[in-house]
Amino acid sequence: SNTLALIYLISASLFILGLKGLSSPKSARRGNFIAAFGMILAIAASLTKIHPNGNQITLIVIGVIIGSVIGGFSARKVKMTAMPQMVAAFNGVGGGAAATVAVIEYLRLSVANRSVVITALSSILSVAIGGISFSGSIIAFAKLQEILTGVPITYKGERFINAAVFLAIVVIGIYLIAFGTGLAILGVLLLLAIILGVAFVLPIGGADMPVVISLLNAFTGLAVAASGFVLGNTVLIVGGTLVGASGTLLTKMMSDSMGRSIRNVLFASVGKVIDQPSG
Amino acid sequence: MTTATLNFLTVFVLAAFVGIEVISKVPTILHTPLMSGSNAIHGIILVGAITVTASTTGLLGETLGLVAVILATINVVGGFVVTDRMLEMFKTRRQTEVKK
Repeated sequence: SNTLALIYLISASLFILGLKGLSSPKSARRGNFIAAFGMILAIAASLTKIHPNGNQITLIVIGVIIGSVIGGFSARKVKMTAMPQMVAAFNGVGGGAAATVAVIEYLRLSVANRSVVITALSSILSVAIGGISFSGSIIAFAKLQEILTGVPITYKGERFINAAVFLAIVVIGIYLIAFGTGLAILGVLLLLAIILGVAFVLPIGGADMPVVISLLNAFTGLAVAASGFVLGNTVLIVGGTLVGASGTLLTKMMSDSMGRSIRNVLFASVGKVIDQPSG
Repeated sequence: MTTATLNFLTVFVLAAFVGIEVISKVPTILHTPLMSGSNAIHGIILVGAITVTASTTGLLGETLGLVAVILATINVVGGFVVTDRMLEMFKTRRQTEVKK
């Protein structure tokens, strides 16, 4: 409806103002509040304007309550020093949500609708990028939490395997766009994306995790924007793209401030058998 | 390409320019809070999760819908709360520096 679209426009504007505020020390805290207000507005509007049956509204309300308790509790309890891995965790669940939303919509679409190129392409991007961000963030979390070693995990042939998984995702993606069939094949795509996310972060050292989390944050933004294309929802497109674009620039700024290139941070130790921990 | 798709593409491209422009002057000290704050903003996927769950039927769709809503809500609530705690810490740190 028009009212809903207008409220989404207000929310999108508040996100921009929020980001603007967050990038200056004086207004940072206010910026975070402004963005949170935009978020509450968009969520409240979509809750009141959609008309699901009783069963579905119950599911949504239960989901929101469970999510608020988990998110609120873990954000309040986390130690100050453990905040970067908490951001990784929250980013990972966001990526997982974006991939899941695209899967649900794909499930609902008829084969004819799945074959519309833009729908197929955005579903695949959302599932693939969301999946990578989900598992990559879990590995980043595990490294910072010292569940996994902070030393790059590398092995011979790593480059080849990572490239093969990436290629497989591209090939399956093209197949899905061409034929628009097979939910199972979309499931395989998601599984490969999850494997690639793990494989991508394993060879990166613990000290470089903030840069990686920033990149995965931008990834989740893009996955959300792709979901916005699948659903035809502008506030998802704007919110996701803002994070995708600003997150990419932020990733570059963070590696610049370490005096390194993004490429060096991400790929320097892939497949190398290292004697000393680097970075 | 349909008009609707073209409109979405326009919104996408313009949002990308705005996203880059709006944070281009962020000081190094705010890198992590900005990352955390923008992390909360992509929690807007909750709106998508609510929308698809409202129109899905069947056990698989509804289960996935519940999962998507829970994950997205964790992203939103956790994201904003943790960002606020980071920024609060900055404020108190600055005040103690002034007192010294």
